[in-house]
Amino acid sequence: MIWAMLGSVESGLIFALLALGVYLTFRVLNFPDLTVDGSFTTGGATAATLLASGNHPLVATGAAFVVGCLAGSITGLLHTKGKINALLAGILTMIALYSVNLRIMGRANVPLLSEETLVTQVNTALEPWFGDLALMAVLAVLVICFKLGMDWFLRTETGLSLRATGDNEQMIGSFGANTDLAKVIGLALSNGLVALAGAWMAQYQGFADVSMGIGMIVIGLASVIIGEAVFGRSTVARATAAVIGGAILYKLIVAFALRIGVNPSDLKLITALIVIAALVSPKTLQSWKRSIGKQKRSGGNRHVKA
Amino acid sequence: MLKLEGIRKLFNPGSPDQKVALDSIDLTLHAGDFVTIIGSNGAGKSTLMNIISGAIAPDQGTIEIEDKSFTSLPAHKRARKIGRVFQDPMAGTAPTLTIEENMAIAYSRSRRRTLRIGVSKQRKQLFYERLAELNLGLEHRLTAKVGLLSGGERQALSLLMASFTDPAVLLLDEHTAALDPARAQSITDLTKRIVEQKKLTALMVTHNMQQAIDLGNRLLMMDQGRIILDLPDLQKQKLSVPDLLAEFERIRGVKLSSDRVLLG
Repeated sequence: MIWAMLGSVESGLIFALLALGVYLTFRVLNFPDLTVDGSFTTGGATAATLLASGNHPLVATGAAFVVGCLAGSITGLLHTKGKINALLAGILTMIALYSVNLRIMGRANVPLLSEETLVTQVNTALEPWFGDLALMAVLAVLVICFKLGMDWFLRTETGLSLRATGDNEQMIGSFGANTDLAKVIGLALSNGLVALAGAWMAQYQGFADVSMGIGMIVIGLASVIIGEAVFGRSTVARATAAVIGGAILYKLIVAFALRIGVNPSDLKLITALIVIAALVSPKTLQSWKRSIGKQKRSGGNRHVKA
Repeated sequence: MLKLEGIRKLFNPGSPDQKVALDSIDLTLHAGDFVTIIGSNGAGKSTLMNIISGAIAPDQGTIEIEDKSFTSLPAHKRARKIGRVFQDPMAGTAPTLTIEENMAIAYSRSRRRTLRIGVSKQRKQLFYERLAELNLGLEHRLTAKVGLLSGGERQALSLLMASFTDPAVLLLDEHTAALDPARAQSITDLTKRIVEQKKLTALMVTHNMQQAIDLGNRLLMMDQGRIILDLPDLQKQKLSVPDLLAEFERIRGVKLSSDRVLLG
């Protein structure tokens, strides 16, 4: 059970990178970006292909981030310069990426079993000190670095203009910021993070597959929404921490569901139900609290009158 | 300072709904001019504002600010020189950002947005001092989210932010119309104070004729896309609301039953 949990935390940390990316578009820019399903695979495909042709794992992983940024900026340009609806722009890029991903890999699946990857390197290098926790420790440090980086970025002048673009586009435009540029930057960084998660996932599971990105947007949204519902979102630093927690929590919930005998093919349905529950429950809880409060108040009044 | 020449704008050209929104508008504002604009609904006041800010492109005509052509500049580039306060108190600020973060956005208006921290210690001190001048206690709530402020507080903050970097032109688009009378009065007083203190060049649209007479040094009346009356300071000082209505009747040649028509 503990080993199963360790695996969930490891993959949860990889999904935390994805979730940070989804947070940047979905929450900060208020842009529902469906590019994610494509760019996650693009990251995995790029890293796996470069690894299979003998490149250094750091180069392969870095390249995945850059290619992800490119994919995101294409969605951004379609939306801002092409005036295409946000959802449609994301879907178009996602579909186009499916073919691009096949082009990158040359086939539907690239195995990495005999390749040197970041995961194998971390395990061999740090095993003497951390034992089986080596990979988790490295992933945790990596995710925390990205979290702190994002917290910092969102407090810079550029970061503030990104946040204001998602918050009140008319306002930030009237203060001389280029909202089109802000959206392209946000989408690029977001999909860079998503592709990075894809690159890590390919190295973690030992292969890249053309269908590995299916449903990633929902997992990302689930992480953001569960995290915010459980851990709060009052400040940026808190929200980014919550999103990471949400990704790990999501993975643990899925592992638990599988353990109690849920059919793996029902997982996507369960994910959708979890997201719906996390979206509906805060509002429902609030209205319950309010109605209970009212009952108490009216009860109190009756008492006073009597 | 601000120079409009031969501005013309048609809405829905070529269709049965075609409407002349602005008809050969020539207008020159000198540095320090505070111009109030009145006119009935559909007179073209808001269109004029949108054409200056770049939200709408004119069909004909040129726009100059500080002797530079602004005609083909996109809205966000014009915004470096133009401050704007909207009618909706929610429109001028970002609700999920804190007061100090909103101020930092206003501070960056005329500068390149870099990777420097928006709310540095130095700037925080500056924001504190400037917010204190509003006498609303906002300087003690620097880290409160703007969405928590009342409409009046948000409009005061919008005004402070719009004028923060001393823009070449300040556009005020019925910025007191959505507030209750007491709040509207305090924003009007604040507007007067800020524009006079900073010697800004300002253009204010209002539906309140008394406000149009009380504020500024020049009054324009618009009707059907034209400027039909342009009163300089000396004449404006002697003006009353009935005078203004009489003047409107004389020019339009229509008998107005009440100022309701003008107030729309």
